[in-house]
Amino acid sequence: MIAIIDYGVGNLFSLKSSFAYIGEEAIVTGDEKRIGECARIVLPGVGAFGDAASKLRSVGLDQVVCREAAKGKPLLGICLGMQLLFDKSLEYGEYAGLGLIPGKVVSMRNVVPQAYKIPQIGWNALHFPKDRPRSPLYKDIREGDHVYFVHSYYAAECSPWVSAWTEYGAQITASAENGNVFGTQFHPEKSGTIGLKILKAFCEI
Amino acid sequence: MITKRIIPCLDVRDGRVVKGVNFLNVNDVSSPVALAKYYSESGADELVFYDITASFEGRQLFTDILTEVASQIFIPLTVGGGINTVEDFERVLRCGADKVSVNSGAIRDPGLIPAAAKKYGDQCVVLSVDVRRVDGRFTVFAKGGRENTGIDALEWIRSGVKNGAGEIVLNSIDTDGVKGGFDLEMLSAVCDIVDVPVIASGGAGCMEDFTELFLQVPKVDAGLAASIFHFGEVSIGDLKKKLQADGINVRLS
Repeated sequence: MIAIIDYGVGNLFSLKSSFAYIGEEAIVTGDEKRIGECARIVLPGVGAFGDAASKLRSVGLDQVVCREAAKGKPLLGICLGMQLLFDKSLEYGEYAGLGLIPGKVVSMRNVVPQAYKIPQIGWNALHFPKDRPRSPLYKDIREGDHVYFVHSYYAAECSPWVSAWTEYGAQITASAENGNVFGTQFHPEKSGTIGLKILKAFCEI
Repeated sequence: MITKRIIPCLDVRDGRVVKGVNFLNVNDVSSPVALAKYYSESGADELVFYDITASFEGRQLFTDILTEVASQIFIPLTVGGGINTVEDFERVLRCGADKVSVNSGAIRDPGLIPAAAKKYGDQCVVLSVDVRRVDGRFTVFAKGGRENTGIDALEWIRSGVKNGAGEIVLNSIDTDGVKGGFDLEMLSAVCDIVDVPVIASGGAGCMEDFTELFLQVPKVDAGLAASIFHFGEVSIGDLKKKLQADGINVRLS
């Protein structure tokens, strides 16, 4: 069973449906006990970092997620949920994240040439770092497969933890991981069959 | 490199697709679910569902259908038609839409875009604009292109983006239905003034029209069409292969 963390941020319908579609049971919950009973956790999120982080904290779910991750439970953050895994974000101020993956979240404008539109909206290709083993999330994914992105900020200063990057006028972190903690900047639940394969792989970790 | 997107648009009335025709492997061409699945499998990068129902019952059927599509098809879904209030956003987002497109509703209520963007984020709000040249000036039309609002299109789009629209669908009434190609002049003018994605609509008649679009107006992010896909004149799979051969970066599935 997978717990999709419900903290009042974002649309969880597609995420829940995509797990159902690949034959995995998932529940949308903010209940500590039920989260504890699940074997895997997904942390979703859309919107601004500061709002999401404070919502997560206000219901105490930040500590629940960190505690479960510390037990070794596979955790997958998606989009803003991925950004929350890092130390901090500089989106409209400075906000602390969960600190589960070292690095910070900054505007793509810092590195992306002016001609590129921000947010990045659309399908872009995954590239894997050559100097480390392939992430278990990508066991059925090929270099160059496309996934769907919608974001203006990205995770920087985290290169030892980057498991895939994408080219958008600069190398942009597409995913990162630290042990049992995984994060994808893109939306696997909106990335067609490639995305479903990534979610399936997460269920098999 | 981010890819250029190809987006089929499905008009839905009372829960059924209007104008769906013969696809070899689709049994029920007016079933939104069957058609959406077919398009998704043939490489569509996104789907737009346009609700042209007028009645309350039809609207209910539309959200039922949307829920079914969203539980089986995992690519971005945009919904338009009859979006006049923030509650309308809520209604379709709850059923699995990712983006919501506003047109006449935003003209009637200038507060709609900022309110929706604040609540759901800019990425969720698509401003769809029907534009026609009037005395040489790009002018916004409302009510499905029937009513001249007198509003300057470039001003309208600029202020829409400033208020929180995260994407623009530009439909040229001058080229719509003519099948002589997209309105490159109008698209260039819009791409020059906004820095959010612009989706070209109106005028696609053959595969070459898409090549011309992306080569002549490189800032355009996506091409949207309805009838040429529905009538099987152009298959999305073939179109993307051709675009790639023409040096345009697309996602091949």
